[in-house]
Amino acid sequence: MNVPAEPFAAEIVAVDDHTFVRREMQAALPPPRRQVGIIGWMRENLFSSILNTILTLVGIALVLLIVPPLVRFLVIDAVWTGDNREACLAPGTGACWPFVKAKFGQFIYGFYPIDQRWRVNVVFALGAALLAPLLVLSWPGKKLNAFLFFGVYPVIAFILLTGGNINASAFLLQRFNLIRPLTGDVTVAGLNVAFWADYILTAVGAGLGALLGNARGLARAVAATMLVLGVIILAWDIDFGLQPVETRQWGGLLVTLVIAVTGIVTSLPLGILLALGRRSKMPIVRLLSIIFIEFWRGVPLITVLFFATYMLPLFLPTGTNPDGLLRALVGVAMFTAAYLAETVRGGLQAIPKGQYEGAMAMGLTWGQMMRLIILPQALTLVIPSIVNSFISLFKDTTLVLIVSIFDFLGQLRAAFTDPNWASPVTLYTGFAFAGIVYFLFCFGMSRYSMFVERRLDTSHRH
Amino acid sequence: MKRLLSTLALCGAFGLAAAGAQAAKLDQIKSKGFIQCGVSQGLPGFSTPDDKGNWTGIDVDFCRAVASAIFDDPTKVKFTPLSAKDRFTALQSGDIDILSRNTTWTISRDTSLGLNFAGVIYYDGQGFMIRKDKKVNSAMELSGASVCTQTGTTTEQNLADFFRANNMTYEVIAFATNDEVVKAYDAGRCDVLTTDRSGLAGERLKLTNPDDHIVLPEIISKEPLGPAVSHGDDQWFDIVKWVYFAQLNAEELGVNQKNVEEQLKSANPEVKRLLGTEGKFGEGMGLTNDWAYRIVKHVGNYGEMYDRNVGPDTPLKLARGVNALWNKGGLQYGMPIR
Repeated sequence: MNVPAEPFAAEIVAVDDHTFVRREMQAALPPPRRQVGIIGWMRENLFSSILNTILTLVGIALVLLIVPPLVRFLVIDAVWTGDNREACLAPGTGACWPFVKAKFGQFIYGFYPIDQRWRVNVVFALGAALLAPLLVLSWPGKKLNAFLFFGVYPVIAFILLTGGNINASAFLLQRFNLIRPLTGDVTVAGLNVAFWADYILTAVGAGLGALLGNARGLARAVAATMLVLGVIILAWDIDFGLQPVETRQWGGLLVTLVIAVTGIVTSLPLGILLALGRRSKMPIVRLLSIIFIEFWRGVPLITVLFFATYMLPLFLPTGTNPDGLLRALVGVAMFTAAYLAETVRGGLQAIPKGQYEGAMAMGLTWGQMMRLIILPQALTLVIPSIVNSFISLFKDTTLVLIVSIFDFLGQLRAAFTDPNWASPVTLYTGFAFAGIVYFLFCFGMSRYSMFVERRLDTSHRH
Repeated sequence: MKRLLSTLALCGAFGLAAAGAQAAKLDQIKSKGFIQCGVSQGLPGFSTPDDKGNWTGIDVDFCRAVASAIFDDPTKVKFTPLSAKDRFTALQSGDIDILSRNTTWTISRDTSLGLNFAGVIYYDGQGFMIRKDKKVNSAMELSGASVCTQTGTTTEQNLADFFRANNMTYEVIAFATNDEVVKAYDAGRCDVLTTDRSGLAGERLKLTNPDDHIVLPEIISKEPLGPAVSHGDDQWFDIVKWVYFAQLNAEELGVNQKNVEEQLKSANPEVKRLLGTEGKFGEGMGLTNDWAYRIVKHVGNYGEMYDRNVGPDTPLKLARGVNALWNKGGLQYGMPIR
């Protein structure tokens, strides 16, 4: 065919004129049309077998069945403006968005006084500003950031939301008056002299005691703890001139977030401690951890909340009546901690024995081994389960309605009873809105966990 | 053992001292500066939060009337939304001062549960709602009907009693929440919807075509709803009771929010005694003599309170009916102030 160009080739041709030798690659033919492009993709992913074809068709049918009416209800037929139920009464109307608009403030803040709502906004904004850089893994200054978010932020948020000035010192003085003669309510600049004298003496006493016992580390720990506690008590004792808002008036998304965030932040360290305790070689620690975990896993959350709200006051001495929201918070945190403990334990068990032995062979102490070798690996393994617990905790917060705390959903239900907005579509609109809000939060958490998983998944893929 | 005994004795002494030292409710309220009022978690017209997050409704207004009488300020009330289950516990434990939560006055509650009912804010009763096209005009024709109702309420019990007493068969379809009941009835899963008649008026608003439904004339139960306080403080009980009577008397004498200032100059001795320009009836209760004037000024008389929350001009459109004054054919009768 082709006339050979090179001399070498010419030689071969000369040997056998009839032999065909291909000298260059033939251009690849385009793949069959049925296997590329949209058609090919569909053949491969949607219609690769009879079963898959059926499933695809059913799926399409379902989407067609659900989505158009949903869009029609939520957007096309929806009412967007109006002042009361009259706007949403026409037959065939879709979602009644003015209802959500009118009640929006309550959905977010509950019965928080309107002129004080800026405080909630500040808390939200501050939380977001501190949380965002904490979530971005590459951001610098993680230690400071974590300290601000987990240490300083709760104290500030507490003061802003409740108004502070809870007279913590007088309360503590009643309960833990360590040096008896120092009682009384002499105050200097609003501070209870007796309490602070008592507090400082206790701190110094404990510190000195530890020093004399030649435990310098302990003394330092005591000093640090007492200092931190002192700052918190002081912060909660100062009158910042904020109008007090009792937790009874909190509600809506504020309560949902307070419960969820407190639950998440307190339950994770507690859960890790419990998991370590359960695997500890010390029998008493192990037994106590097992009892704690099994107790809280053995009772439903609703029972915990009910017990904390209606039974606990019967056992406590009269006069001690812890705040209702606080009781619910403690209940939720304990409950989630027990579940997390088992999740983390699963992670600990998945770490090969060699890792423990290697760490010990390096001469690491138990604490170092856990902190540097075991826990980072174990926690990475169980991220999906941990986030699972957090998401279910977020949604379980709705149970506090049982104990007369109006979370987001509770506020929604209360809004349904307003005769000014009662209409056939009010209920659907409200639940659609609630669904969207809950979805945004839970979906966000789940996507973030997947991102972290990919980032940390540097080692063994099984 | 001796130590144990002395501890016990000490505890006993403390308990006694605590009981003796317990101040009268009115003094407690005056010193804390507000009334804690237990309301429902949401019932149209009775207690429900409005767009601004303020509680409104006839039960709520009554608490505001009590606050007006004591503090001359209707905003000195804090509301505790209570579920039906924990309302009595909250009152007994002293968590709330008044229970104004559409609570039916019954003998067991008034006696063994330790409540004192101050009056009847609203005479309610269980009724039936049915579609017009069923062509039923009386509850007596309901034999064989399927009835939608809420579980775990006295409504279910009353329903059973009524049908058994009249030898009729029925099928009950019960749901956990009110909203489910209404949706089921609206979707045609049952023929009849039953609950208190004030409730029916509220549920009707949620139906697709409210005009296609009628409320049958029969009332199958007595549900006198009123505010209650707990046993053990007669002064506080008296105050709550007379706030209610004062509102009724004000309506009867034609004293209302608009004309109360002029009525202060009225020559009518009954009006004078009501508004405190004559006599010292307020002081007898531990209040000021213009206590009733304050109530009318801030909250209005009973009729105004009714019209504002459940009356014909509200979405609920409830006619006065048996809740009219005694001289207009109703049951509301204010005891005389003299």
